[in-house]
Amino acid sequence: MINIKDLPDEELFTAGHTACPGCGVALVVRNLMKVLGKDTVVYLPANCLLVFSATYPLDAFKVPYLHLLFENSAVAAGAIRRALKRLGKEHVNVVALAGDGGTADIGMQALSGAAERNEDIIYVMVDNEAYMNTGIQRSGSTPFGAWTTTTPVGKKIMGKTEHKKDVMKIMMAHDVPYAATASPAFPADMLKKFEKAKNKEGFRFLQIYTTCPTGWRAPSEKTITLAKMAVETGIFPLLEYENGLLTVNYRPKGKYTLEEYLKIQGRFRHFTPEMVEEVKRWIDMRWKWIRTIEEGQKVVSGGE
Amino acid sequence: MSVSKVVTGNYAAAYGALLSRIQFAAAYPITPQTFIVEHLSEFVHDGLLDADYVRVESEHSAMSAVVAAEATGVRSFTATSSQGLALMHEVLFLPSALRLPIVMPVVNRTVAAPIGIWCEYNDTMPQRDSGWIQAYVEDNQEVLDMVIQAYKIAENKDVLLPVMLSMDAFILSHTVEPVEFPDQEAVDAFLPSYKAEHAHLWPEDPMIIGSFTPPEYIQEVRYQTDQAMKAAREVIKRVTKDFASAFGRNYGGLVEEYRTDDAEVVLVTLGTVTSTARDVVDEMRDEGKKVGMVKLRYFRPYPFEEIRKVAEGVSAIGFYDRSISYGSGGPSYIEGRHALYGLEIPVMNFLAGLGGRDVRVPDIKLMFEKLLEAARVGKAKKDIVWIGTRGVEP
Repeated sequence: MINIKDLPDEELFTAGHTACPGCGVALVVRNLMKVLGKDTVVYLPANCLLVFSATYPLDAFKVPYLHLLFENSAVAAGAIRRALKRLGKEHVNVVALAGDGGTADIGMQALSGAAERNEDIIYVMVDNEAYMNTGIQRSGSTPFGAWTTTTPVGKKIMGKTEHKKDVMKIMMAHDVPYAATASPAFPADMLKKFEKAKNKEGFRFLQIYTTCPTGWRAPSEKTITLAKMAVETGIFPLLEYENGLLTVNYRPKGKYTLEEYLKIQGRFRHFTPEMVEEVKRWIDMRWKWIRTIEEGQKVVSGGE
Repeated sequence: MSVSKVVTGNYAAAYGALLSRIQFAAAYPITPQTFIVEHLSEFVHDGLLDADYVRVESEHSAMSAVVAAEATGVRSFTATSSQGLALMHEVLFLPSALRLPIVMPVVNRTVAAPIGIWCEYNDTMPQRDSGWIQAYVEDNQEVLDMVIQAYKIAENKDVLLPVMLSMDAFILSHTVEPVEFPDQEAVDAFLPSYKAEHAHLWPEDPMIIGSFTPPEYIQEVRYQTDQAMKAAREVIKRVTKDFASAFGRNYGGLVEEYRTDDAEVVLVTLGTVTSTARDVVDEMRDEGKKVGMVKLRYFRPYPFEEIRKVAEGVSAIGFYDRSISYGSGGPSYIEGRHALYGLEIPVMNFLAGLGGRDVRVPDIKLMFEKLLEAARVGKAKKDIVWIGTRGVEP
């Protein structure tokens, strides 16, 4: 298994890009590219990463990349991979790096199609929980109650009225060869998942929690702290789905409370005790489901 | 040796793709195009065609897939119709500006509402500004021949633009006609394999395709794409000639003129109406009426010089249209008026066959009669004439 010390010094996603200070996406992509290596082709939909990594004539990627549109990442990446194979370049990884809006909302149709066809690609959902590139609008992946520019905190309605869409679960429903969630606050787990995704065949899905200090109205030095808190509070579970089985990679140890997590982010500043309770209820419900699957798997496989 | 078979236009289109040795195809069904991708799947499953064949989840994804595959460096193909083309609209602008030579037959079908499945050009005509070369064909032989020619034109280094091959719903797509199938060796000699030199996604030669581009650079991209479309005119003429010497069928380049030499009036047609109009011209010539016809083969690039030259020798000219830009006129008419600016002859527009209604011999005769009358008087009674419309005086 790869560890942090093994990561090559060479940067395939170089300094000089124009991401905001504390951007979780830049951090994740930099490390992902080190694991994937030079023989990689990147597909970027319209998102922050496209703008801050490569505004013509500058480019932070040292590998080829294609950008076409917002909603077609999975199908475009799949076509690149097929064409590369046809040209005898089978050793080349193809990775799509899409945001949460580009995945959970507008890109869902292409994502579902590519997953069903088991296209031989790595699809990464960098999840910063809103449309950040267009200026912090609500996506299907925005959490309950969060302020965004389209879910303002008004006198009558405060923030988003719905909970976050669970894309990981949707990918599990496609029975893809590999699906995992990861957090940059758990680098060993994240790198292991990058490496696993790289070495597997078929459709591989990664949902990475990527802090957005700008959009979350949070201090930029809290990027990793927030990523850690999200896992510890159970809001963002670290999971892996492989060969039809679900694994929980980390059990929250309660090092942080939900209140602490919400408090340092401006997007949750307006939360009432009732809203906090609603988030707790949601977390409990989701973990109950996760535990049900875990227990069920044990029963079926004979109590292992 | 070439062989002759009796096939539908859809089969001819699929066989053209097979002979062009496409390496990648994206498929999504839509009436009346579906048989093209069905035949392709048969070719792939029978081992006749060695290509990636991807059954995608929408036309938006079909076009996205062929653009991505072509950008990676393989010869790519898809086909669609009507709503499918409308759904592709967003994606269509990419291969032209990124200079990716994709070929796509579009079986012309009416765009809803009201929903219908028959022939109308309100699917392809609204795409005329997307940077695709647009050809309209008359019969199934031309369908097959044009798929092969389309790759030759698209992949020319002075062009590098995608080609949309418009063919009439049912009249071509589902109707059988005898078609001569050229042999593979002859096609290989005419159309060598695709070399992705200008655009590819290969780690050994990294390239960005489609980067985020500020105003300092985009206008030049627009200019270059426009230059490429203009350059396509000469390339089309050259490819038409080369094809004629290799396969013995000459389609005339951007337009085909029929009995225009001493014509008093001329009708500009496109699509299958051309065949009917050709018969009407012969019939009326026998009656001593000096009528002629121009078959518009390419709408993009538009043959300004050719149309102008024909018009300069006649007393009235009419443009047939199978779609309408509401409140303005048919697209062919609008474009034709642009070509004829300042020319003091009656220029008329005939709208017929919308929604797939048959355009019959008497309909076309009426168009010529109207043109002859306008030529006599020196002025058209009505510039835009709806033919065969319930409750409307033509």
